[in-house]
Amino acid sequence: MSAVLDHTGHHDDHAHDHPTGWRRWLLATNHKDIGTLYLWFAFAMLITGGLMAFGIRLELFRPGLQYLQPEFFNQLTTMHGLVMVFGAIMPAFVGFANWQIPMMIGAADMAFARMNNFSFWLMPPAALLLVASFFVPGGATAAGWTLYAPLSVQMGVGMDMAIFAVHILGASSIMGSINIITTILNMRAPGMTLMKMPLFVWTWLITAYLLIAVMPVLAGAITMVLTDRHFGTSFFNAAGGGDPVMYQHIFWFFGHPEVYIMILPAFGIVSEIIPTFSRKRLFGYSSMVYATASIAILSFIVWAHHMFTTGMPVTGQLFFMYATMLIAVPTGVKIFNWVATMWRGSMTFETPMLFAIGFIFVFTMGGLTGIILSVAPLDIQLHDTYYVVAHFHYVLVAGSLFALFGGTYYWLPKWTGHMYDEKLGKWHFWLSMIFFNVTFFPMHFLGLAGMPRRYADYPMQFADFNALASVGALGFGLSQLIFLACIVKCIKGGQKATDQVWENAEGLEWTLPSPAPWHSFETPPTVK
Amino acid sequence: MRSEQGTRRKAAVVRAAVAAAGAAWAQGAWAVGDMPGGPGVNQLNLTRGVTRIAADQWWIHNLLLLVCLAIFVVVFGVMFYSVWAHRKSRGHKPADFHESTAVEIAWTVVPFLIVVGLAIPATRMVVEQKDTSQPDLTIKATGYQWKWGYEYLKGDGTGIAFLSTLATPRAQIEGTEAKSETYLMEVDNPLVVPVGQKIRMVVTANDVIHSWMVPAFGVKQDAIPGFVRDTWFRAEQVGTFRGQCAELCGKDHAFMPIVVEVKSQDDYKAWVAARQKEMLAKADDPTKEWTLAELTERGARVYAANCAACHQASGKGVAGAFPALEGSKVVLGKQDEQIALLLKGKPGTAMASFKQLSDVELAAVSTYVRNAWGNKPEDTVVQPKDYTAAR
Repeated sequence: MSAVLDHTGHHDDHAHDHPTGWRRWLLATNHKDIGTLYLWFAFAMLITGGLMAFGIRLELFRPGLQYLQPEFFNQLTTMHGLVMVFGAIMPAFVGFANWQIPMMIGAADMAFARMNNFSFWLMPPAALLLVASFFVPGGATAAGWTLYAPLSVQMGVGMDMAIFAVHILGASSIMGSINIITTILNMRAPGMTLMKMPLFVWTWLITAYLLIAVMPVLAGAITMVLTDRHFGTSFFNAAGGGDPVMYQHIFWFFGHPEVYIMILPAFGIVSEIIPTFSRKRLFGYSSMVYATASIAILSFIVWAHHMFTTGMPVTGQLFFMYATMLIAVPTGVKIFNWVATMWRGSMTFETPMLFAIGFIFVFTMGGLTGIILSVAPLDIQLHDTYYVVAHFHYVLVAGSLFALFGGTYYWLPKWTGHMYDEKLGKWHFWLSMIFFNVTFFPMHFLGLAGMPRRYADYPMQFADFNALASVGALGFGLSQLIFLACIVKCIKGGQKATDQVWENAEGLEWTLPSPAPWHSFETPPTVK
Repeated sequence: MRSEQGTRRKAAVVRAAVAAAGAAWAQGAWAVGDMPGGPGVNQLNLTRGVTRIAADQWWIHNLLLLVCLAIFVVVFGVMFYSVWAHRKSRGHKPADFHESTAVEIAWTVVPFLIVVGLAIPATRMVVEQKDTSQPDLTIKATGYQWKWGYEYLKGDGTGIAFLSTLATPRAQIEGTEAKSETYLMEVDNPLVVPVGQKIRMVVTANDVIHSWMVPAFGVKQDAIPGFVRDTWFRAEQVGTFRGQCAELCGKDHAFMPIVVEVKSQDDYKAWVAARQKEMLAKADDPTKEWTLAELTERGARVYAANCAACHQASGKGVAGAFPALEGSKVVLGKQDEQIALLLKGKPGTAMASFKQLSDVELAAVSTYVRNAWGNKPEDTVVQPKDYTAAR
């Protein structure tokens, strides 16, 4: 994206010069540059995590141990999770926040430009720590991305590197969140009341609060693991008066809100795309805002549904089952509102719209299996099987990732000043959609038949669906190269984008020229 | 000459390809049949199982699936109709509505009512699953990295204890031998239980968290080191039923299956009698004079099972909580003091009395700690008869 912003940078002759070359990126304080850094970083991590997934699916293509030893296999499943969650999905959404929030609320930039720089540049060292941990004695941590004690206490030095990396990423997320909250609350254009904010801004505001609430909890959990490992404490060791299940309670008190951290901004993106291509206002704006807030609040009281098989008392199981089932209500409201927005609209199906509709379709499947999993007595059968793997990939890949793709195609013309190649975009969508389902749909069957997750080898009866999933995974991975090609092509050139870009796009970002100027709004627009 | 070589090379490539395809074919699920008591070939739904709990789970899953399918069809019926009918290319003009309080209340209340409807049968099932009271037989399952240990605590067969490890040969895992129908779900010593009786499983672990799962019983209970949790089942059919460890527990997580043989009452009684006879035959003679090697070999096992949790396998203990045995005064001193400590414990500390162990076990473990970790004691060997005398 450098080609684009260079020339906008040069005609800017305000109080300070803008560094060029590598210094432009290292010393970046502009929200667009930092957003670009976040997005490329996230894409690099997506490929890294994808290669790990490829290793996993390669070994699982056939029963028996062929290519990988179980120790290494477990390292791959662990790091695939950590890299995708903390390296790909979360930073990608922060990248969107950086690019879009100032443009959507009519501000010049983010509130804290230097902290913004720091919160990005914390990430590459953390990523290096994670990747480098494969090469230390004992390899990377193999305790699963949840890092359950006491297994995580058994691990080698790779575990300490992962703990350090997650600490750094957590600090980065908290700084990013402070920046986002401050920007949204203080820098909105005159007239833009909270209830007039675009839904993407709303979802990020709520997400940022979730992040600030739960990242320290995760930091606490992994710090306790660290002191158990090296400093003689016994937080999670029964022999010293600790409790291994306490780790799970603390982890999931972070972990469940984390799930919504990864999906709420996706809801925001989809809520921007659907009205534009339906040529009709978003249905039920205020109920969307309330539903988002309800989901965020409920997310704090459902954590132990990840722990039904630990042997909770009856009342505990019932409480967490009821609370979890309740989440279906506000989530349902969102889906119905999107469908109602499309209803009697005047739809066209450019790539962003395809991804948004694809998102609703497959995310809802993940939501429905979520209801099935929330039923505690049934979860006893499905917990820790491939059914769960299918469920969370339906909400995280087809949910978060598809929304990220949709958002990229949607705003790319504004970012680069060029239209992307519609044909490539459509190929990317259809291949991703098909291969995604080929990969993950059979996993429902594997889970129902009882195949546990994180298994390097499996009984013969599971062979066919595993082979199918592996073929799908290869196709899904290769399809992402089309995405890369499409982005690069769009950055390099292409049909000039208009300021409005999309026929019916509404919102302040579309009143700016394409590509957007260096300082988004030098004088704040007035919102009626 | 050249072309002949080329042909030969081509033929070799073809042969290799055919062999690879054949191998892939032999690795497919069609190469075997359904696993008895385990997963079926390409099984699509939950197993109906052989307990009431598993049957209930199967029923509620089907109910949920139908409800979800209905929601799916309605929501996406509407959405795809809209996608088809309300498109610009068909000349559809956009409407102008963007809210409707009545509709929004309706689609908040209706899902809420559906959820409440689903929660009612689920609640009854939770209560039933958690009711482990009044069992006919209580068995302790202990997860180890990477095997299961079973101990019959109460009921017919009390005292029986054994380890259960994977029986699949390494050659099958590495692919040098054809994989069997029960690949990875077969063990040397299966758990044996009587049919129609309420079996309470007390589940714990020795090292990290494991999970004891048998889908046909509808049971999955995490095994948590240092804590005991329980679950139960009442198998309604005779047969062999299989499951696997369900909580990531390290490298051989995939290689510690669970096999349960459900026998008729009579067969179960016969099995208990045979097993107890076998154990009696193996029982130790406490009057015999044991050698140092015999005692330390046996003692290492007793230590791992009873002492290592606190004093640690390294003998270094946990600073401030559990004293080190390496270089310990009691261990290195006269045997009488150690014998008294093991038989009586030390009040006010975590050191309990171990008088429930046999004299042979106590003598073995005493001898073991005296000679482990470079310890150089006054008395090297403690004999079982010393314990008999001290009791």
